[in-house]
Formats: sequence, structure tokens, C-alpha cells
Amino acid sequence: MNDMTPDREERKANLKGMGCARKRVEDARFTQGKGNYVDDISLPGMLHGDFVRSPYAHARVKSINIDAAMALDGVVAVLTAKDLEPLSLHWMPTLAGDKQMVLADGKVLFQGQEVAFVVAKDRYIAADAVELVEVEYEELPVIVDPFKSLESDVVLREDLDPSADGAHGPRKHPNHIFLWEVGDKGATEAVLDEADVVAEETVYYHRTHPCPLEPCGSVASMDKVNGKLTLYGTFQAPHVVRTVASLLSGIEEHNIRVVSPDIGGGFGNKVGVYPGYVCSIVASIVTGVPVKWVEDRMENLMSTAFARDYHMHGKISATKEGKITGLWCHTTADHGAFDACADPTKYPAGFMSICTGSYDIPVAYLGVDGVYTNKAPGGVAYRCSFRVTEAAYFIERMIEVLAIELNMDAAELRRINFIKKDQFPYNSALGWEYDSGDYHTAWDKALEAVDYDGLRKEQAERVEAFKRGETRKLMGVGLTFFTEIVGAGPVKNCDILGMGMFDSCEIRIHPTGSAIARLGTISQGQGHATTFAQIIASEIGIPADSITIEEGDTDTAPYGLGTYGSRSTPVAGAATAMAGRKIKAKAQMIAAYLLEVHDDDVEFDVDRFAVKGAPERFKTMKDIAYAAYNQAIPGVEPGLEAVSYYDPPNMTYPFGAYICVMDVDVDTGTTDIRQFYALDDCGTRINPMVIEGQVHGGLTEALAIAMGQEIAYDEMGNCKTATLMDFFIPTAWETPHYTTDHTTTPSPHHPIGAKGVGESPNVGGVPAFSNAVHDAFRAFGLRQSHMPHDHWRIWKTANDLGLHG
Amino acid sequence: MIPASFEYYRPDNIAAALAVLEEHGDDARVIAGGHSLIPMMKLRMADVPHLIDLQDVKDLRGIKVAGGTVTIGAMVTQAELISSQDIAQAAPIMHEAALQIADPQVRYMGTVGGNIANGDPGNDLPGLMQCLDATLTVVGPNGERDIAAREFYEAAYMTAREDDEILTKVSFAATEGGYAYEKQKRKIGDYATAAASVLLTKEGSTVSTASIAMTNLSDVPVFSEEAGAALQGSSCDTDAVKAAVAAMLEDIEPNEDNRGPVEFKRHVAGVILSRAIERAWSRA
Amino acid sequence: MTKHHIKLKVNGTEHDVLAEPRELLIHTLREQLDLKGPHVGCETSHCGACTVDLDGKSVKACTMFTVQAAGTDITTIEGIGTPDAMHVLQEAFREHHGLQCGFCTPGMITRAYRLLQENPTPTEEDVRFGIAGNLCRCTGYQNIVKSVMAAASELNTAKEAAQ
Repeated sequence: MNDMTPDREERKANLKGMGCARKRVEDARFTQGKGNYVDDISLPGMLHGDFVRSPYAHARVKSINIDAAMALDGVVAVLTAKDLEPLSLHWMPTLAGDKQMVLADGKVLFQGQEVAFVVAKDRYIAADAVELVEVEYEELPVIVDPFKSLESDVVLREDLDPSADGAHGPRKHPNHIFLWEVGDKGATEAVLDEADVVAEETVYYHRTHPCPLEPCGSVASMDKVNGKLTLYGTFQAPHVVRTVASLLSGIEEHNIRVVSPDIGGGFGNKVGVYPGYVCSIVASIVTGVPVKWVEDRMENLMSTAFARDYHMHGKISATKEGKITGLWCHTTADHGAFDACADPTKYPAGFMSICTGSYDIPVAYLGVDGVYTNKAPGGVAYRCSFRVTEAAYFIERMIEVLAIELNMDAAELRRINFIKKDQFPYNSALGWEYDSGDYHTAWDKALEAVDYDGLRKEQAERVEAFKRGETRKLMGVGLTFFTEIVGAGPVKNCDILGMGMFDSCEIRIHPTGSAIARLGTISQGQGHATTFAQIIASEIGIPADSITIEEGDTDTAPYGLGTYGSRSTPVAGAATAMAGRKIKAKAQMIAAYLLEVHDDDVEFDVDRFAVKGAPERFKTMKDIAYAAYNQAIPGVEPGLEAVSYYDPPNMTYPFGAYICVMDVDVDTGTTDIRQFYALDDCGTRINPMVIEGQVHGGLTEALAIAMGQEIAYDEMGNCKTATLMDFFIPTAWETPHYTTDHTTTPSPHHPIGAKGVGESPNVGGVPAFSNAVHDAFRAFGLRQSHMPHDHWRIWKTANDLGLHG
Repeated sequence: MIPASFEYYRPDNIAAALAVLEEHGDDARVIAGGHSLIPMMKLRMADVPHLIDLQDVKDLRGIKVAGGTVTIGAMVTQAELISSQDIAQAAPIMHEAALQIADPQVRYMGTVGGNIANGDPGNDLPGLMQCLDATLTVVGPNGERDIAAREFYEAAYMTAREDDEILTKVSFAATEGGYAYEKQKRKIGDYATAAASVLLTKEGSTVSTASIAMTNLSDVPVFSEEAGAALQGSSCDTDAVKAAVAAMLEDIEPNEDNRGPVEFKRHVAGVILSRAIERAWSRA
Repeated sequence: MTKHHIKLKVNGTEHDVLAEPRELLIHTLREQLDLKGPHVGCETSHCGACTVDLDGKSVKACTMFTVQAAGTDITTIEGIGTPDAMHVLQEAFREHHGLQCGFCTPGMITRAYRLLQENPTPTEEDVRFGIAGNLCRCTGYQNIVKSVMAAASELNTAKEAAQ
């Protein structure tokens, strides 16, 4: 007879499984300065690489003279395109089916482009040598405007046959990349023609940059004795990097080990493959010793992947009662010098087609033209799932504009158009199947929490007071209801460079009942080592504290597509649950054998299998693990481990309601965020503490983007925002206090019902902040102004509306 | 971002510092807190083959208030200004301004002398020195001389200090009456979009003296004598403030940058000055 | 250029390092003394990831030459607590989820350490103003502020108990 204490609830609590605000296991090393980031890696004999970069946005490279640099004591090599050409590494494929120069091959196409790679004994000598490389340029006309680019005689990409199709079909101009169309254009236009009301507006989502606090870098170590290449780097997708490195270098994939150590934030910046990674590999192959490359902040902002830069022209139609009848959007997408967008192959504009948002819109059309300009390449999902932020910003602005057109309250307009709870799974006009949602409940909860009617009353009084000259501050109420599409994705639809976007988890239970699990993802601060252990704890009844989670070493972890697009929980989290269930199934057989009953006569109970109807007869997971390794069980292999590669049947669709209350000083353009309420529904909640932290962080990135952060260029293609003086990252002082809340609508197709949350606050936050600015001026006739809403742009809005007297 | 090589000197007296300056001429520069110079060296926008660190020169330290005069050594840090009771009492506007410079770490290192002598139009203390009508003392091979702060700035990064001279101290009369340092910036750590220093004294219900200066609105700090004059003798009423703003706008010449275009900066300069006057008056 | 012998006291230990004048303090700490806690984030003194405590001041080690620091007493995150005796701030950051990717954390805690020495009973506003030289991209600061406030309160309770 087993002892029945502790009781069930106590045993559950001991596991620290799903739903528990478990403290993070990562924190001990980070708080003591014992993280291991790429620049912390130091290998014997390691050399340092540094780039000569182009000061021009568009120029022909007439000559490169490396003599003086090579003559400097301590310089080991200076690589140019000519050196890479025999290896076919002077260009490399991008994630979007285009190709990109690794080092300038004949011309440069954006300021900061990599021209030569200096390798030296230390970073100081390398920096000196960079100054000594003489490059002769002949300046060419610069194009920074995508609309002008499509009309220009200046051909940016001379390497491409102008008449040949691109990776995504026909090109209509040498500077055109693709036209991607979704939905029914004819039917949509017919609806717009007949509609009671049509609101039309251009919504520009400006160019910005993920700017993680740790910049990008790599350490390549080619061991010529055993033919193995080890590559450490800031990789959000280490396994894909291994495959790409193998395809590019010709080194067989088993001879390449890619390691993502601790990563100091990614936010999409560390998804792509950059020339620095390639050059560090080549330099290590050439020199036979390890080579480190770590970019500085200016290089990060000027050359690694930007985000957004979508000019979205929209039309939305409705009945006079406000029922939306159709949505039309044409986007001109500025991709910069090379199409290096990080999107699943079949989606050149990512999931922009989620732009019907949370609304039941019967017919819609989306067309996206991708265009080359003399700007840095990229187009990554900066804390979002492949252009979902652009889509959410577009629809949430169009809803506000429609509300103005209809002279309706924007909260009410949203409510009458929401997809209803009983419509899920819902098929959108642009082809997505939304898995689950309860938008009305979330919206009502949010409006009540902020006393929406009271806010509107206060706002109306403020407008009157302003008109009477009693105040110079207006008040904005920024509403947003967003639906995300994350967890890419079903392999049948989604791949990156041909790799299906599944993910994986391998769990090994040790004889004494503790465990290690390895995943194909990689945390950049999300706390995977904490939360994935919680999933396993709940699934198989081993305490989370007894489970080690490992990611990022391709020699040990199962293949996976990595961490971005909020895909870790929806995909790798599902794989974790599924691997756990495989273990549980075997554990059940072992337990039944030990308890001398039939497999079907035992049932799982928190941390054990017990005989049905006789809960005092049980075997804990610890007992079972021990038996799995120490006892011959007929018909059952020894050991207790499992691996799962999970191909999700669908995306998940987290959603949320955000409300921002802001005071706007019309005379200075400054703002004061008085209140920010964020309700998120990410399905099943694994760790509420981590979720709340993700929401705070995502909202603050949204605040930055909406209120000041941009990558701006002058007419000559000079980047004007390349340091943290000008590239806006708010400090604790400018950041408001947030109130978080939630509803829970599990995903019906995910093994544990979780949907992912990391990017929701950025997706929903940007329109919430922006709508608050717009709403402050609604009473004075503002329809649309452009982000970022920094002081001078807000001031200009007020000035254009005649509010400065 | 790695600076070019240089030779380093750390003299413990002014004569020794001057000797290095004299020996190397344009190739030598003094460093105080270094938070303007080091980033420029790291970006290789400043070439300094001989760097003279002034941290050991004790004569450049110390805050003294005596006989109604405040004297501050060039190597006094902004953090020292903030924690100084003497400054809080004798020149509270300086306490208020220092809190708005950069961020905590920078203020531990950033010095009064560096902020003033560098000639960066974005720095806060040059404008304040105009407002205070401070005297800047420099010493060079020909000995010591005093320069009126209002005569010191010639163009961006160009001042009346010769290359072979070192700024040693600033002095000004302890302030009376109302004061305000009002600064609009994009975030902590940023230079001013517009900033105003205002000192006012009051007799009965009228302004008896007014001193007004502006920061980062021209390539030099701007002392607007006319703006002060517009307030003198007034009751600091709306019309007087408007007249002061109008006079100030005659004196500034802002440049467009990432903070915004000229038209915006001029407007904000007016708003910031009005608010500074209002606050100073309420304290007068 | 001539290398200088530079004496530094770091985390209680005297060191004599050899560095050319242009060597930045952050590189000496990280590469010569193997103290990898302070990080390089922006290189222009805006982000604070490289913050160390130097003679009782919070200093951005990316904007100081090692020669300038000769003769100083430096504390890095590695000297603030030990695995067996973590500082209250280190515990509080974990307890209140004051970190995510961890890259800003050493600088943030080192700055907060000095802030609490100077102002043992800060308001939330004091904390926000006092850590404004340190950027964080992950947390939105709310839990960092909470962590620092909690640490302050705990330190004060301990101090009262000791009296």
C-alpha cells in the first residue's frame, strides 16, 4: 500500500507545470554576468574580422587597393569579392529567392554595404586596417523612393536579366521584384463600386529596425585536421544556418556544427544570413584558425535586416449602418537593394493577407508590389509573424478612417463587424482559416476595464475646453483589436529555403526520474528553458525543476526551423507535448507491468499511473523511469525517451484588445501616455509571469516604433538614424506603466491549446499608440498622418489642422 | 568602433598640461569626462595623436561660493553639481539644468569644463552660462585670462579659447529671484530640441531684471538681450511674454535635423521660452 | 604606441594590466580580465550595457580608456554577488522577472546597485530616472522597476533589523 500524501493538488503544485508563474531558470547566470553570448566566445588563436563598408548608396567600385592594409603588422588577410568568386561565395542566396552580394561585386547598392573583409590579430588592428583599404568609387544616381524607382531609367540590379521572371513571377520593370496578389479583385472592386460608403486612405508603415541590444556576430572555426567547421553565432534559426552553410560551402552537413549561444534579443534581426557570417567562415577556412566577426551598432542599424517600409493604399466599403462589405489594398513594398525578406517561400509579402483583421469581411483583394531601392536589404518580421504588424496596422487604421467616414464610434464599428464566436473556424476572404476566437467577450471586457464611455465623455469635455482656450492638450483614446496569425506553419504551405516549417523536441528521461529535452528552436530571452519544462512537467508528471532544456546546438538538438514569428510555442511547444505523450504511452505500459494489471487498467494522475478505481496502487514517474532502465519488461524496449517532429495542421490565431489613453500637447508635439490596457488571448497560458513580461516588452517596442523609431535616409541614400542618439529606443523614463489582462480561448488544434504571445503586443501595440494620436485630433478633422509620431510630426499635424492659431 | 592610436599624458598640474599642449600644438587635446570626445575618436571623426587627461589636476576641481560669487572648477562633474548644496542654494538653475543633461552615467563623468569648452551647440551648460553672464577663465602659455561667456562662442565647435589654452574655471554671481531651465528633448540622453534658461528678479509686481538664453537653436548658444529687455519693467503678463518670445526668435537660427525642421524648432523655442518664463516668474 | 602598465583594483583584486592608451576599459575587463558580464551594446554611451561601478560612480566602460581608469577601484556584476551569496538585487530581478535576454542585465543591476547606495528609498519615479542610462529591449522596464523597488525595500528591512 502506497502512502497517499501529499494530496493531488500538492503534487500538481510540486510539478510547477503549465499555468504556474515559475521563476526562470535562465536568470541565475544572467544576473551574475555569466551568460555566454557570441562576443564572449574566445578560442585559441582567434582572429578578428572587420568590414570596409561603402560610404555611398549607389556607386561603381572602380578599384580596391589592399596593399597598405596588408602591410600593417598584425593583418592576416583582406578579402574582396575577387577572393570569394572562385568559391562562388561572392554572392549568396537570400531567404526570398533573390541573391545578395557578400562583398561588393563591381558596385555597391546601399550605404554601409560590405566591400572588403579585413582579418587581423585583434579588433584594434583590424579597425586600423579598414582605414587603410583604398577603394575608388564612381557615384551613381541614388533611388530612395520605391515609386520613383519603378519609373526610373536607372537600373539598380544590373546582375538580373530585366526581361526574366523573378522568384515570384513576372517583373514589370528592372527595379520591380514581384507582384503578389490574393483574393478576388474583380468582385472586390464591384462591391466597392456599389457600396453606400467607401473610405480610402494611404497608410504608410515606415522603415524601422529590430535593433536587439546585442548586435549580430559569429565565430567560425574550421578544424582542418578533422574537416569540421564549427560556427557560433547570433542565429534565430541555427539548423537552417547549418543547411545553408553546407549548401554554400560544399562542406557536408555532418561536418558542420552550428551553435547559437545565449542571444541578446533577436526580434527578427537574427533570422537572416549576413555577409559577416559568410566572411568569418571563409576567413577561417583560409587562415585555418578561428575568426570572430561582431558588428557594431552603426553596422547593425545600417546593414542588417530592416523591417516594414510598406506603403499601403486601402479602400474599405460599408453599408450606411456600418457593416463592412469589402476591403481592397495595394501595397508598394520597399525591399531595398536585394530581396532578403524573411518570409515563407510561397509568401513574398508574408502574411500580409491577414489584413482583413478581426472582421467578417465578405470579399477582399490584396496586391503587393516589391521594389528595389538603394537601401539596406531585409524586410524581417520585427517582433511579428511575417508582415502581420503591417496588416494589423493597415486594417486598424482603415477601421478608424471608416468610423470617421460613417461618423460612428470606432469601438461600436469594430463590435458590429467582429467575426462571431460561432463562426469559428472562420475562413477569411483572403484564404486563412482562423482557429478560434471570442472577440466580443474580450472587447466588452476591455471597454469596461477602462470605462470607455467615461473616457469618451472626458475627451468631449477636453475638446470643448480646448476650443474655449482653457487647455492646449488634447486627449486621444487609441483602440485596437488585433488578430495575429502565428506558428508557421503547416509544411504544405510554409517553408524557408525549401525546409518545411515543422519543429521538434526530443525528451530523454534519466533513470532517476529527471530529464533533458532538446528542441529545434532557440530562446533569445523568451525563457524557453523555463516554459518548455513546464509543458513536459504537466504532460508526463516530472517536476519542471528536474528537467533541463537545451537548444541551439545542431550536433545535439533535433532539426527545427527556429524561433521567430511566435512559432516556438505553437510548433515546438506542440512537439514537446507530443514527445511527452509518446513517453507517457510507454510509461503506461511499464506501470501496468509493474502493477500487474492490463495497460488499460491504469490511468495517469498528475505524476503517476494508478490502477483505475484503486488510486492507492500506483507507480510514480520516478518509479517508472527507474524500471525503464533497470528491469526487463517483456515486449518493451529499455529506456524512456521520445522525439517528435510536429507539423502543425494550421496556424494559431492569438488576438487581443488594447486601449491607449494619451494626452497630446499641440504646441510641442509631446505626448503623455496616461493609461495603457492590454488584454491578450493567447489560448492556454503556460507561464503567466513570462506572458506578462512578453507583453510589457512588446508594447515598449511598439511604443518606440509608433512614437519615434525609424530608419530614415536622405536623398543621397545616407542613413540618418544610425546611432542610438537618433534611433529611438525609449528609456524607463519615457515608458509608461502597462495594465495587462487576458481571456483564454484555447486553440482547438494545438495539443495543449496554446497560441503564442511574444509578438502580439507589438502587432497590437503599434496601432493602439498610433490610433491614440490620431484620435486626439479626430474632432479637428484628422483622417490620417504618418508614423513615427515624434514631436515634430505631431506638431505638424496640429499645425496643418490650424491649431496653432 | 575603435579609436586610432594616441599617446596619453596625465599631468597633475596645469603647467605640465600646457607644456604638452605647447609641444604638440594641434595634435594635442585635453580630455575631461570624455563623453563627447571619446565617441568622436571611436568614430574616427576626431584625430587626437596626443591626449592629455586632466583628471589629476587638482586645481581644476572644487565648487566655491564666496562673496556672492560662485566659482566652479572645470573638472567638476555634472553629478557633483547636482549633489552640491552650494549650487542648489547659490544657483538653483544650474542644479535644474544639470539634471537634464544626458543620463546618470554620463553625468558622473561629464564635466562643467568639457560641456562648456567643447563648443557643441547641443550642450546645455553653454546656454546657461550666457544666461548667468558667467566669466570663463582660461590659461595658456601667456598666462591666465578671463573671457565673458557671452563672447566665448564663435561657431559650432569654435570658441575664443585658443588651442594652446585650457579652460580652468567658470564664475558668476549667485542668482537671485526666479529661475527655470526648460528643455524639450526626444528622450533622456538626447540633446535639446529647444531649451531655455531664464533668470528673473521681481520688484513689487514687475520684472526688475531678466536674463534669457537658448540652447541648440543656432550653431552657438544664444543670449537674447532683447528678450530679457522685453520683460523688464513689465508685470510678466501675456503681452510681455509674447514680446520676449518675438525678440528671442529674432536671435535664433536653428538648423533642421532629426528632431525636426526649422519651422517646428522656432515654434517650440517660443513655447519652451514662454513656459520657462512662466515658471521662473512663479518662483520670483 | 607605447603600452602602459596600469594598476586596477577590480572586484577586490589588484591587477596590473598592460594596454596601449586607446584600449577601452570594456575590452580590458572582458578580454584581459575575462570579466564577460559587462557587455557592448551601442558603443556610443547610450545603452549602458557596459556599466561598471568605478570609485563609486556608475560608468559606461565603452567610453573610457583603461589608462584613464588607472588607480581606480572597479566593481563589475561579477563582484556584486557570488553564486553562494547573491546580492539582493540579483535575487529580486529573478523574483520579479526583471530580465529576459539578459544582455542588459549586468549593466542594469550594476547601475541599480549604485542608485540604491545613493538613494536607499527611491520612489518609482526616482528609479525610472535613475536607470535611464540603461536601455532594455525586452522587458519594457516595468518589472525592472519592480525588482529595484523590491530590492530597496528588502535592503531597508534588513538594515532596520540590524539596528
